[in-house]
Amino acid sequence: MRLLFDKNTWQEIFGSIGKNKTRTIITVVGVLWGIFIYIALAGAAKGLDNGFERNFETVAKNSLWAWTNRTSMPYGGYKIGRAVPLRVGDADVLRNRIPDIEYIAPVNTKGVFGGDAALTVRGLKSNSYPVYGYFPDIAKMATQKIYDGGRFINEEDMASARKVCVIGERVQQELFEKNENPIGAYIRVEKVYFEVIGVNKFTQTTPFGSDGDIFIPFNTFKKLYNTGDSAQFFTISAYDDADVVQVEKDVKRVLKSIHRVHPDDERAIGSFNLGEIFGRIMGFAQGITFLSLIVGLATILAGVIGIGNILLISVKERTKELGIRRALGATPGEVRTLIILESVFLTMLAGVIGIVLGAGVLNLINNMTADTTDFPYTNPTVPIPLVIGALLIMVILGTLIGLIPAQRAVSIKPIDALREE
Amino acid sequence: MPTMIEIKDLHKSYQMGSNSLHVLKGINFKAEAGELVAIMGSSGSGKSTLLNILGMLDEANSGDYILDGVPIKNLNETKAAQYRNKFLGFVFQSFNLINYKTALENVALPLYYQKVGRKEREAKAMRYLEQVGLREWANHLPSELSGGQKQRVAIARAMASEPKVLLADEPTGALDSTTSYEVMELIQQINDQGNTILVVTHEEDIAHMCKRIIHLRDGVIVEDKKIKQKRASEYVQ
Repeated sequence: MRLLFDKNTWQEIFGSIGKNKTRTIITVVGVLWGIFIYIALAGAAKGLDNGFERNFETVAKNSLWAWTNRTSMPYGGYKIGRAVPLRVGDADVLRNRIPDIEYIAPVNTKGVFGGDAALTVRGLKSNSYPVYGYFPDIAKMATQKIYDGGRFINEEDMASARKVCVIGERVQQELFEKNENPIGAYIRVEKVYFEVIGVNKFTQTTPFGSDGDIFIPFNTFKKLYNTGDSAQFFTISAYDDADVVQVEKDVKRVLKSIHRVHPDDERAIGSFNLGEIFGRIMGFAQGITFLSLIVGLATILAGVIGIGNILLISVKERTKELGIRRALGATPGEVRTLIILESVFLTMLAGVIGIVLGAGVLNLINNMTADTTDFPYTNPTVPIPLVIGALLIMVILGTLIGLIPAQRAVSIKPIDALREE
Repeated sequence: MPTMIEIKDLHKSYQMGSNSLHVLKGINFKAEAGELVAIMGSSGSGKSTLLNILGMLDEANSGDYILDGVPIKNLNETKAAQYRNKFLGFVFQSFNLINYKTALENVALPLYYQKVGRKEREAKAMRYLEQVGLREWANHLPSELSGGQKQRVAIARAMASEPKVLLADEPTGALDSTTSYEVMELIQQINDQGNTILVVTHEEDIAHMCKRIIHLRDGVIVEDKKIKQKRASEYVQ
C-alpha cells in the first residue's frame, strides 16, 4: 500500500509505460474500445428508454377502457345473446365499489365505433368528423393539449349543456383559413351550431382518435343525439400506485354483477388497458438496457483480458529487464507491484478515454436526433453509478488480470532471466 | 584486513533429468576486504556457478557462505533481493543495461530499490557516472553507447549502491583488448579505493591485472596464488 502512494513507484511505472509506446497504445486501445462500446450502448439504451418515456408521457399509463357487448351465457333468468346496457349511473357504482379508481368518465361517440361521422359545415367548407361526448374529467386522465387562446370543456359547459366544441387541428385546417382565429367562431355540426372554444393539438393519448375529432360536452351530446342514460364506454384511470390489471378485473366483475351477467361470461364486458401495453414496451426498453449492460461488460472483460494478454507477452519480452531489476535488488513483491500497477494504470487510462469518447459520440447522436420527434430517442445518458461501477470493475479486473503476468514475472529466477539472450 | 568472504566446503549439483551434474565439489576460500581476485578456469569448470552463488542468484546444496560476518543461508527471494541490493554490485559480460532507460537512470536504479529519493538518487548516479568518465553521456540510451561505455555505465551502476563486494562475470568478454584494458583500469582504480572485487575471466592477461588468481578445474580449486599486479594503464597507449 505504501508503494502505491510513493512518487518513485509512479515514476518507475510512467517510465516503463512511456518508453514502450507501441505496447502501451495497443494495450490501451483494447480496453478503450470495450468501455467505449459499453458507454455508447448503455447511453443509447437509455436514450431509447427516455424516448419511449417521452412518447408515452401524454398517455395516462393507468388508463383502461370498458364497454359492454351481448352476453354469451344465459344467467339469472336472462337468455343468451342479450345486449348489456351500459348506464351513466354505473360510473358512480364503480367509483364507490373500487377505491383504486381515480377518475371515471362515461363517453358517447358518433362516427367512431359505428354510426356516421357528423357532417360539419362552416360557410362554404364542410367535412364529416367523428364527435365525442366528453366529461371535463377526461383532461385529467389524458392531457389534452389545447393551442394558445383556447380551453378544454369545463364543468359549466357540462352543467348547462352548452353548445361548445373543441376541434382537432385537422378540423381547423380544413374549415378555417390559415390566419383565421377559430376561437369564438361557430361551426355547424349536423343541424346545430357550436361555438369553437379550443383547438386540440393531437397526441395519441388513447387507442382511438385522430387529429380530426370534435369534442363536445357529454350532456350536450346526450341532448343532441338523445342517448338518455346510456353510455358507449367508460374511460377509467386508476391511481398511480394501483395495479391497473387488477382494477380492470374489478371493473368487469362489478359491471357483471350490476347487469346480472354470468361471472364467467368473457364476452359480455369488453375492456382494454394501456398499462399492460405500456408495461410491455417499457419492459422491452429495459430488456435492451440490460442487454447493452451485458454486451458492454463482456466487451470490457474482453478488453481487460487483452491487456492481460499483452502484459503477459510484454513480461516475456521483459524477462531480462525484470531479471536485471531483481539482481539489482528488486524484491518479488516490488516486481509484482510494478506489473499490476502498470496493468491497473493502463486500464484506468483506457477507461477514462473510452468514457470521454463514448460520451462524445452519445452527444453527437443526440444532436443529430434532436429534431426528430418520431424517433424514440431522447437525452442519451449513462447514470453515474454505472460509470463508476464500470471503472471499479475495470480496476478490479485490471488487478486480477495483472496478477497473471506479475506471477509469471516473479516465477522466473533472476539467474535464468539474466541468462536469457 | 578483515575477512570479507568466507566459503567452506561448498557443493553444488544440477539435476539434469535422471543424471546429476556435480559442478562444485567442495570449494574453500577466504577473501579479505580490499582484495582483487580473478577466478579462472575453462568453461564448465564451475566458475560462473561459484560467482552466482556468491551473488545470491543461486543457492548451494551444502556448505557455508559468510559475507562480512553475515551467514548467507536459507534466503527467500525477498531477503536475497534485499541482500543483493545492500551488499553486492554486479557487472555482467553482456552489460545488462535496461535499454529504455538512459545511462543516468540505469545507474540510479539500485538506489531506487534502496528507497533513495529521486533528487538524491540522480545526484549520486551522476557522481558515479563522472567517476567512470561518462558525465556527458548521462542522458544517452545504452543503444547510443559503445561497448566499453556500456560496461563503464554498468560498473557505475554496480558501484552506486556502495556494495561490500563487486562481482564481475567476464566483464571484458564482449570487448576488444584496448577497451578491455580501459575497463580493467577502471576496476583497478575502484579496487585502489579499497573495494573488494571478484572477477571471473578466462583471459590470462586480464587475470594478471588482479592481485590473486584462483584456478578452478572440474569443480575444485587447483591453484590459489597471490601475484604481482600488472597495471592496466601500462597497456593503454
